[in-house]
Amino acid sequence: MSNVAVFDQNAGMGVLAESPLAHVSGVKGGHTPGVVIREKAFLGYLTLRGNSEDVSFQDGVKQALGMPLPTEPMRLHQNQHKASSIQWLSPDEWLIVVQGGTEYETEMALRAELTGHFAVVNISGGQTLLTLSGSAALEVLHKSTVYDVHPRNFPVGKAVATTFAKATAIIRRPTEDTWELIVRRSFADYCYRWLIDASQEFGVDYE
Amino acid sequence: MFYIYCPYCGEHREESEFRPKGQAHIMRPKDPESCSDEEWADYLFFRDNPKGVHHEMWVHATGCRKFFNMTRDTVSYEILEVYKMGEQPKITAASRVVGGEK
Repeated sequence: MSNVAVFDQNAGMGVLAESPLAHVSGVKGGHTPGVVIREKAFLGYLTLRGNSEDVSFQDGVKQALGMPLPTEPMRLHQNQHKASSIQWLSPDEWLIVVQGGTEYETEMALRAELTGHFAVVNISGGQTLLTLSGSAALEVLHKSTVYDVHPRNFPVGKAVATTFAKATAIIRRPTEDTWELIVRRSFADYCYRWLIDASQEFGVDYE
Repeated sequence: MFYIYCPYCGEHREESEFRPKGQAHIMRPKDPESCSDEEWADYLFFRDNPKGVHHEMWVHATGCRKFFNMTRDTVSYEILEVYKMGEQPKITAASRVVGGEK
């Protein structure tokens, strides 16, 4: 167990939490919207840093999360139920996304398993996750980012930090037809408005 | 627009993901206390501005956020090589003249 002062930053159900997109009203795109956008609010986010070549570090992460540490660039690993994930951010940095409310126990599990030089930081609340699906979701991404999101370059299980509109975002592809965008809290409104505008021509549904 | 290979991500990415961070391989004087004003000012303020081969530092700002080095031709804008921090360039102004590439 690492000797670090930690506390549960989740205030619990008694305190009102507000998503960065709490103020936006829904958009209805008719019977067959080309793009369906949903926000997955209040997920738990942790950044993990450490030495990926250290076998005990790899083993510890696998023990604590039930998912192997992605050591190849831009790889996204999900657990069996696809409820939590770990993705490669840089050679010594990973982003862990877990169900809201479980971030503290995840952090404690990691701290119990890992030894030596590493860092786990709870960054929940600093960003939000939007899912894009529908027949035109890929078209909207093509319009919005400089990264090549063509399926030949972006298979399922890839996660890329890049520029989205004029903001930065993480684009992930957890399944064949769903795309996830992780955007900064302060850019959430901008990215939302961009998405609605870019999706307008295909018909967009957001609630 | 540059299409830059990030040695950490292992992919080519658009220039808008990167930020240039100036001349590479600038060594901080080992003993600043005993530097002359000229040596210290040279370290702090004076940078090369070559016509031709130049070694630069770049950061993959919206990607992996790692710094790396790039050898670039300031005349043709051609990126000659990209290498990680701590590594030395394979292509230099001297090697290009001797190699007779230009």
